[in-house]
Parts: sequence; structure tokens; C-alpha cells
Amino acid sequence: MENANTQFQQWEVFIQAKNGSPFEHAGSIHAADKKMALQNARDIYTRRCEGRSLWVVPTNAIAATVAEEEAEFFDPADDKIYRTPNFYKMPKGTTNL
Amino acid sequence: MTKFIVRLIFIKCLKAQPICNDEHKNARYNFCLRLADNNLILAQRLAEWCSKGPILEEDLAITNMSLDLFGQAESFYDYAAAVIESNSSADELAFLRSEREYLNTLMVEQPNGDFAFTMMKQMLFSAYTKLLYESLSKSVDRTLAGLSAKALKEAKYHLRHSSEWVIRLGNGTNESKERVQFALNELWLFVDDMFAMDENDEALITIGVIENTKDIKPKWLMFIKQILEEANLQITSNTNSISGGIKGIHTEHLGHLLCEMQYLQRAYPGAKW
Repeated sequence: MENANTQFQQWEVFIQAKNGSPFEHAGSIHAADKKMALQNARDIYTRRCEGRSLWVVPTNAIAATVAEEEAEFFDPADDKIYRTPNFYKMPKGTTNL
Repeated sequence: MTKFIVRLIFIKCLKAQPICNDEHKNARYNFCLRLADNNLILAQRLAEWCSKGPILEEDLAITNMSLDLFGQAESFYDYAAAVIESNSSADELAFLRSEREYLNTLMVEQPNGDFAFTMMKQMLFSAYTKLLYESLSKSVDRTLAGLSAKALKEAKYHLRHSSEWVIRLGNGTNESKERVQFALNELWLFVDDMFAMDENDEALITIGVIENTKDIKPKWLMFIKQILEEANLQITSNTNSISGGIKGIHTEHLGHLLCEMQYLQRAYPGAKW
């Protein structure tokens, strides 16, 4: 007999380290609803002062690329070196760029 | 008029030398010990959940709460010892006192039962400590006020976590509702004991170190009723209650808990690791 999946819904957790910083993916958790998901995320991912703000997103709400599409999605960027700023000369005297 | 003047002089004295005599020292010692004991015993109970949580997330949440409470216990023990200028360490107060010397309220020593029971216990207790710390954070005793303000943040989170669970369990399946209602009925027996007061409280109220904790009970009840309504649960009509924690008279469960908690220090005095 197959084991039924008794886990709560899965959520992805994003943490903002400080005001103005981007939210970065920290990992995932299980929880029954939004409120509980935030609490579980807090208890698992912010125990060591990792952040001051949290997002949780249902995992199934995230659209992701799939492995089969990897080549057509990403390979064409391989030979477009002109898209990077390598060919600009730094103006003399610029220090804080 | 004389009464008014006497009162004024009294207030002036208070301002000049707050919390001075031995009676007040002992009262403060006992009061802090009680706060520490409550936190220590509940922390030990919650620690029993370690690796046994219903889900990984909850396992961490419960042990996080446990560690918060151990931390609070330690600061209140340290302060209790400092008040009477004793050299006792927090460890000594925790590991070398016997059951009758523990002043914790009976609620916290009750066994964990199932998850619903643990969350109900946590909610009833955290709602109390939240109100208590709110009040103590305004104490004229600045150290007690500071420790309480710090503990208040943790109590608020514990209350949030446990009350959200109570609401969900109450509105969940028939089984979860039955279990959480059972927990409420069983634990109601120990509610009055949480609000028990003795001569130490009376002494501290007169010098403004604590507010009348009797004022906390109606606020507590109002809050709890709100949550229980949301959770679709009924307060039991059974009005029995038992008390004695404040006098060191406990239910049978505390002895077993201390036995396990104190075993190492009793068997190997002074052991460190």
C-alpha cells in the first residue's frame, strides 16, 4: 500500500536580511496556511538573526523552467559577450564604481 | 488632611530609598524565584517534545520556546540571587532545590499530554505571562522591569504560536476539537493557581514593585474567552480548582520531572561539560 502524503502544503521562504536588501530564498517549510507558514519560517530560518522580514509563497504558485528547456532558454546568451560591460574604459580618477 | 500628608511623606520616602528593608528583599527574592521556577519547569516540559514533534517545523518551534523559557528562568534566578546578595548561581537554584522549595504554578508542571494539550497549556500560561510582563515592565524596580520587557517579546510570540494552534485545532476535525476541548477542561483546574498571591506580593504591591496581579485575571479571562470563541470551544462548567504552587505544594508530577532534570547534578555534584 502506498503511504498517503500527510504533510501540510509546502511553502518557499524568502528572507530580507535588512531594510532595502533583496528578499533571498532560504529554503522551504510545510504549513497549513499563510499565518502558520510565516511562523514556521520564523522558527526555522531566522533563529540566528538572519533577517528582519519574511515572505512565504506556496511552492505550487511558483512557475519554474524545466530541465528540457534549459538549452533553448539559456544557451543563446553564451556568445553575447557584448552584453556585459567589459569593453568600457574606466574614466581616470573614478574610485567608487 | 493628616492622612494626605502621611501619604505624601510615604511617597517621598519611597522615592528617596526604594526597596530597602530585608522584608522587601525577601519578598523580591521569592517573587523572582517564582517567575524563574514557572519558566524553568515549563521549559523542561517543552524540552520533552524534542524529536517527538508532530512535524519537523513544530519540533523546532516547541524547542525554540523551551530555550526562550530556559533563558528567562536563568535571568530571573540570577536576579533573585543578586537581590539577597547570595552567591547561589542559577544552576544551584535550579538543580539543588527540592520539590517543596519550588514555587512554580501547578499548570506548568502538568505532563505534556498530546499536542493539543501542550498548546492549550502554553496558551493559558503565555496569556498570563504576557499580561504579567507588560505590568512588570513598568515596575519601579528597574532590573525587574528590564528583564520583563525582554521576556515580554518572547511571551507574545509564544502566545501567538499556541493560540493560532488552539484556533485551528478547535476548528479542525472532530478528533482535534475533542482533544483540545479535553485539554481545556483538564487544565481549567489549575487556572486559579496561576493568579495566587501571598504576603510577598502584598509587600511588593505596597512599594510599587508589582501591580496587583489580581487585576490581571479579568484581562486574562477576557482574552482567553475571545480565543476560545474563535476556536469554537467552551469553558467547562466544572468550577473545581486546586492550588498550592506558591506554597511549594505540588501535584505528583513535579517530583518526577525534578528527578529527571536534577539527576546529573545530584549524582555528580558540580559536574560540568
